[in-house]
Amino acid sequence: MNDKTRKVAVLAGNRIPFARSNGPYLKASNQDMLTTAFDGLIERTGIEGERLGEVAAGAVVKLARDINLTRESVLSTKLAPETPAYDVGQACGTGLEAAILVANKIALGQIDSAIAGGSDTTSDPPIAISDDIREVLIQLNNARSNVDRLKALAKLRPTMPLDIPQNAEPRTGLSMGEHMSITAAEWGLTQAEQDELTVASHKNLAAAYDRGFNDDLVTPYLGLERDNNLRPDSSAEKLATLKPVFGGPDGTMTAANSTPLSDGASAVLLGSDDWAESHGLAALAYLIDAETAAVDFVSKKEGLLMAPAYAVPRMLERNGLTLQDFDYYEIHEAFAAQVLCTLKAWEDPVFCKERLGLDKPLGSIDRAKLNVNGGSLAAGHPFAATGGRIVASLANQLNGAGGGRGLISICAAGGQGVVAILEA
Amino acid sequence: MSDRYTQIVNNPIGSLIAKNVGLPQPTELERYEPGQPAVTGPVLLGAAPGGRLAGSLAGILDRADAEIHSELGGEVRDALGAVGADAEVWNPDVPGSGKFKALVFDATGIKDSTELRELWRFFQPTMRRVAPSGRVIVLGTTPQACEAPRERTAQRALEGFSRAVGKELRYGATANLIYIAPGAENGIESTLRFFISPRSAYVSGQVVRLSEGVEAPEIDWEQPLNGKVALVTGASRGIGEAIARGLARDGAKVVGLDIPPLAEDLAAVMAEVGGSSICLDITSDEAPAKIREQLSAEHGGVDIVVHNAGVTKDKTLGGMDEERWSVLMEINLSSEERINDELLAAGTINDNGRIICVSSISGIAGNAGQTNYSTSKAGVIGMVQAMAPHVAEKKLTINAVAPGFIETAMTAAMPIGLREAGRRMNSLSQGGLPVDVAEAIAWYASPASGAANGNVVRVCGQSLIGA
Repeated sequence: MNDKTRKVAVLAGNRIPFARSNGPYLKASNQDMLTTAFDGLIERTGIEGERLGEVAAGAVVKLARDINLTRESVLSTKLAPETPAYDVGQACGTGLEAAILVANKIALGQIDSAIAGGSDTTSDPPIAISDDIREVLIQLNNARSNVDRLKALAKLRPTMPLDIPQNAEPRTGLSMGEHMSITAAEWGLTQAEQDELTVASHKNLAAAYDRGFNDDLVTPYLGLERDNNLRPDSSAEKLATLKPVFGGPDGTMTAANSTPLSDGASAVLLGSDDWAESHGLAALAYLIDAETAAVDFVSKKEGLLMAPAYAVPRMLERNGLTLQDFDYYEIHEAFAAQVLCTLKAWEDPVFCKERLGLDKPLGSIDRAKLNVNGGSLAAGHPFAATGGRIVASLANQLNGAGGGRGLISICAAGGQGVVAILEA
Repeated sequence: MSDRYTQIVNNPIGSLIAKNVGLPQPTELERYEPGQPAVTGPVLLGAAPGGRLAGSLAGILDRADAEIHSELGGEVRDALGAVGADAEVWNPDVPGSGKFKALVFDATGIKDSTELRELWRFFQPTMRRVAPSGRVIVLGTTPQACEAPRERTAQRALEGFSRAVGKELRYGATANLIYIAPGAENGIESTLRFFISPRSAYVSGQVVRLSEGVEAPEIDWEQPLNGKVALVTGASRGIGEAIARGLARDGAKVVGLDIPPLAEDLAAVMAEVGGSSICLDITSDEAPAKIREQLSAEHGGVDIVVHNAGVTKDKTLGGMDEERWSVLMEINLSSEERINDELLAAGTINDNGRIICVSSISGIAGNAGQTNYSTSKAGVIGMVQAMAPHVAEKKLTINAVAPGFIETAMTAAMPIGLREAGRRMNSLSQGGLPVDVAEAIAWYASPASGAANGNVVRVCGQSLIGA
């Protein structure tokens, strides 16, 4: 085993434009989209026929037949079929966690190159039969006579439900939006400040497309060239007229300042410096460190999506950094409220002392450095694909700026949060 | 002495009628039960910028396990962070539907009348969010201690504000103002706990002054008077009996005093509270010495002296004989002076001791037919004010309560018109209970209340009389 670790470079990224659910990608499967994202990345970097160290990716909402989604996708690409692959699952943290997993293997010298990615579709959800129906079908299967078969079938009732995947926490029964609305109220968020963040997300993403920032990051798919959730002309006045969708009539979260269900896939190529050089590639940025945290939202000790607020200070301390030591902040906009609650928490001496055990608050960040090329509110949020989008986008930004340091923060279902530092 | 009207308007039909006819609708006041936390619901803590009490208030509320809310940013939030309080966030722009059991506002940062706007800023969005039997507490700087005329002006203005708020509040909620002299920041806890808790159920529209230079000892807030000896005059019945019970509940060893004809009643009360009796006439020449001797012999001194014994001998002045005047003055005022002098001169009152007098709203407003009584009770206030600096040198305090309409056998015997007027003409639209007076006395008596000296607090539901 190596007694030294190596720097891990982010070499390239590729994704398909993200699409709102039941839209242009209605008929695309996770495997179709993930394969397309991989193919675009392979083409961009000229690694056709290569045997990579490994490919790690995942999908949050996955069909039963996609048991080996990533491996099956790899087999459909132009990579060497000898490239191993595995599926990763950590809800919305999947894409970033996959990158961290392969990066750690590269750092340890176990592999030299890898692709990390993710795909999700809510247009093709895995609908399962409920336990009640399954019981009937088992009886039917075990029946020996036609009479027994009829008896079994007679037990079927139209009220026996199908098991449709829910965007809800199994332990609380609350949807993610409902959870977020509780935290938003706890932090006293106004709709106006959430809308302001939403407008900035749309404006920044539109500007990024306009200046060609995404040319190296996005490959058109099924007739879509840009994310179709993007509203470049979005304005605070327009958003203010929207009614709340979470948190009851007094809620502040609307369809605009919450991400829509969406479809898409993304992939990122990582490797050691030596591997990159031998393949004619250069680092966009390096993945310096990462941290994953989880919170106890079940006993209501903490908000469901507040884990990144815990993960970041732990990672900062390990690296001897302050929250202000970054040139860019990529905070995943699952909801505008998630970003704002996280920022308020870091500014709040009470949260920082009582929950984080810090004598001084982490402080505020320069909002001009936040999600400078747009965020999930504008691009959409196909759960597992978001991590790859953010890693590639931040690496590209750091590279284009000629260097710097960026922070990634992604919240995930189950009260989890995955965060990382990139430097160039 | 039951207040049947309050019972009637608190049932559904009575409530409907009272509301439609526009009759007063007294709310049944929450009162303290042993074991209760200091405050039984969410507390909103706010401050005008530049205040000096944030740290102290944050610490007190955190120690009291209060559910604290505050706005993000600013000195209050910093202070809450510093004490490690798990404070929740209040944003008036997204108020939600929650109610607060208490609004606590540090107004010491207000240095100029233009900054009084901070009161509006904090209370306008919150006034209608005060829960039943809720508390509004404003804390300011004692005006006389302000050097700059504008600061003194602005701080004096707080009195008008808190009194008006007391009159606007509904459902048994109260408003009070605590003036804190510079340097008295660490002596607030006992007073804040009293005013924020159900112990101050019938105290509203009052102004308390806390003085500097007094260290508050650590105490057990459940048993603040543990190990203390308390003399209570007139302890056999009425308010005196309630005082004896209240002090005993808080841990004090009570020595009840009453006249020999009431010896049996007194003995019964003292048996219940585990106290002892002194039976004598306080107006007699030998009373002060006898009291001193018994306290010294049996308890090695006394910590708390409550001058409660008092009588009324009503008659309009033109028809009043000399006896009505003189006997009353002896009992209500002169004997108290003599007992004080004796105990103080002999050093019978222990360090950090308390002298607590029962005055009356009649001593503040003056009542027709009570020239004698009003004179004596105003004299009690004079005695408190005169003695306060004197006893402070001995590390003692002297304070008074001035009860308003309290439901006792005495008030039950009043003609119905006068009785109903007395009951309803206050912000809480009801009479107080003897226990309400006892609670205020227990607050003064606490070893942690050393910063309260020379105060006269009315227990009157913010009566319109004498306001």
